[in-house]
Amino acid sequence: MKQSDFKQHLDGIHDIADRLARPVKIMEVCGTHTVAVCRSGLRSLLPSSLKLLSGPGCPVCVTPAEYIDRAILLSRRPEVLLATFGDLMRVPGFSLGTLEKERASGARVRVVYSVSDALALADERKSAKVIFLAVGFETTAPGIAWAVKTAAERGMKNFAILSALKTMPNAMEALLQSGGVQIDGFICPGHVSTIIGSRPYEFICRKYCRPCVVAGFEPADVVAAIAMLLGQIEEGKCEVQNQYLRAVSAGGNPKAGLLLEEIFEPADAEWRGLGVVPQSGLRLRDKYKNYDAFSLYPDIKAPAGAEVSGCLCGEVLRGRIAPPECKLFGKKCTPTTPVGACMVSGEGACAAYYRYAPLAEAGGGDESPSFFKRR
Amino acid sequence: MNRQAFLNDVKMKNDQMILLSHGGGGLRSKQLINEVLVKRLGNPVLNMLDDGALLTLDRKDIVFTTDSFVVRPLFFPGGDIGRLAACGTINDLVMMGAEPRYLSLGLIIEEGFSLRDLERAVLSMREILDVAKVKIVTGDTKVVEKGAAAGLFINTSGIGVRLANADTRVSNARPGDVVVVTGTLGDHGAAVISCREGINLDSKLESDVAPLWGLIAPLLTQGTELHCLRDPTRGGLAAALCDIAEASRVGIRVREREIPVRKETLGVCRLLGLDPLNMACEGRAVVVCPERLCRDVLRMLHSHPMGGNARAIGVVEEQPAGLVVLETDVGGERIVEMPMGDDLPRIC
Amino acid sequence: MCVAIPVKIVSVAGEEAVAEIDGVRRKIIVSLVADPKPGDYVLMHAGFAIKKWTEEDVREFNEILKGTKA
Repeated sequence: MKQSDFKQHLDGIHDIADRLARPVKIMEVCGTHTVAVCRSGLRSLLPSSLKLLSGPGCPVCVTPAEYIDRAILLSRRPEVLLATFGDLMRVPGFSLGTLEKERASGARVRVVYSVSDALALADERKSAKVIFLAVGFETTAPGIAWAVKTAAERGMKNFAILSALKTMPNAMEALLQSGGVQIDGFICPGHVSTIIGSRPYEFICRKYCRPCVVAGFEPADVVAAIAMLLGQIEEGKCEVQNQYLRAVSAGGNPKAGLLLEEIFEPADAEWRGLGVVPQSGLRLRDKYKNYDAFSLYPDIKAPAGAEVSGCLCGEVLRGRIAPPECKLFGKKCTPTTPVGACMVSGEGACAAYYRYAPLAEAGGGDESPSFFKRR
Repeated sequence: MNRQAFLNDVKMKNDQMILLSHGGGGLRSKQLINEVLVKRLGNPVLNMLDDGALLTLDRKDIVFTTDSFVVRPLFFPGGDIGRLAACGTINDLVMMGAEPRYLSLGLIIEEGFSLRDLERAVLSMREILDVAKVKIVTGDTKVVEKGAAAGLFINTSGIGVRLANADTRVSNARPGDVVVVTGTLGDHGAAVISCREGINLDSKLESDVAPLWGLIAPLLTQGTELHCLRDPTRGGLAAALCDIAEASRVGIRVREREIPVRKETLGVCRLLGLDPLNMACEGRAVVVCPERLCRDVLRMLHSHPMGGNARAIGVVEEQPAGLVVLETDVGGERIVEMPMGDDLPRIC
Repeated sequence: MCVAIPVKIVSVAGEEAVAEIDGVRRKIIVSLVADPKPGDYVLMHAGFAIKKWTEEDVREFNEILKGTKA
């Protein structure tokens, strides 16, 4: 795809938006898409009638606060060495703070790049119980399945995972089922789809008549996908299209799929901001209960808690309100003092919006500031 | 200083450790000070080992700065805590438009720390001091119990003499000015994070830690009217630009495609989900100067071995006051924010 | 979610491989893709190869990168 294509797609987007002459809301389900859009400043190039909403595909945002508290309690056990992705370090639980603060107080919390590092750690430190915080979607789950299977094959006794793994399609359905949702089309996660393929999104078209395009993460990928979506919206179509051909096939990654089947089973899961979504989580099968930190430490109970009243993350995640419409936004709830799911990580809807507010204000309050507009 | 001679010298000290008594002020302390610090860093003032250093400075404007160094790991590709401790404080002085002259050296050593490692760090400092023509004239050494310090902590405070008429404070940027960087960004941060435990990246990347006086001095002494100097240490270029924009109450607009970043640094950032603009540099400066002087500034930088990759990356404007705007590779725009703090690798 | 980037396989040893991008190398697990060989490009996420890329895929990716920097 050449520079001319990028410009062509962008022009195409503006042309269709002009013809549609009405507000269009597109949801980028995946947090990594939100980051890609933010980083490249794409918003400043898109027509003001087009609103890009951030969806629940941000594992950091949707990990229940209670899970963080539980992880913190685990880390206080003398034999436990907690291994985690860096993304979780600053997520606040209900009442016990963050893993970052816990480490500062002396807890053994180690940031790793890959679950395979955590496994290697367990191999090295036989006297420690390494517990890996398994957070992520279908992109990350197969690697974790591999780690559990490998640990079982080696007969390891000091490795376990605390699973908060989730699956995307059910969450998208939950979003649409909750009603009153004002989303005209979906940009589907690119790398989740590398694993599950593009077929699992077909029900969104069949049942809910919303077009879907699976998109890559380079800016050129994103504009191509948006152009495809707008094309469908204009023509009243609703199909699943795949823009990310180099990484996604209709059927996905069969090896990864089989491994997931073997190690995990679907379970109901809680999504911070959305509540419990049926069959949207991954739980270790009974055969692997020895690697399940929930089973190994049944007595660990996180203190009960509740989200701060006034938090409207649920409404934001469903595309019903824009972040500034939440009374806590920018006041009690900011990126450095996040209250709810959407502000917790840089890719959350509110955090991403917060970054744009200054530009918008500089331009006079418009969401896509004319001050910096290109057309 | 012959490195091989040093290594031979230390061979026999290989298994020697720093003990609590080395910090006790008695015979052992004297031994440590004489055999390591005076031996490696000695000069007429330091050698007096008095309670303080008596200095005579001929100019009125003295710049005084301090910094503490707690980097982990202590030894990283391209440098170590000693080199960092010398460069960090020297560079703070340079950023204030001052010629660095004297440093103090405060060491807090953890009981059990290897003597050889201490000497390595001190030798690294010596190499920098020689290049920058700076002397350590006073210092202090303490030893703390195991667990109370991560091996070695260093504090260096520094004195420099500000060049006449040099006002390079962070609040001095003006609309119309040009923003220049003296070299590639993010190399130190990327080099350090690659070798952190749990990350395990293997690359040829080295920290850029280096003293800036040789590079910046000509800009100051040749009557060039610089408005701001800022070294992009913690928080990287993003933090430096945000500081300038906020303190000067101006807008700064930079172009992504002008910002020089090494391929390997970009590789580390892409792997770990990090932004090169947020990665620390320890041998780079952001220079803000009037537009008419930009060409001269670049010429002077390019003629120095450290300044080969110097580039003009942006401009200072009136609006949006206090903010930094990045024109991205695809022609979009976004705000460059003050980074959160510790860089953590992302998978999301 | 998810940060995944194309890397080139330098060597393979069982389930592990050494992968390289822009001169930076890391050990990764290749058990999720079929028959990985040195010289192959794979999409890598959190230390795991999740898809093999063809030459065509690599070309398209480079075009995209080049194109948006023109």
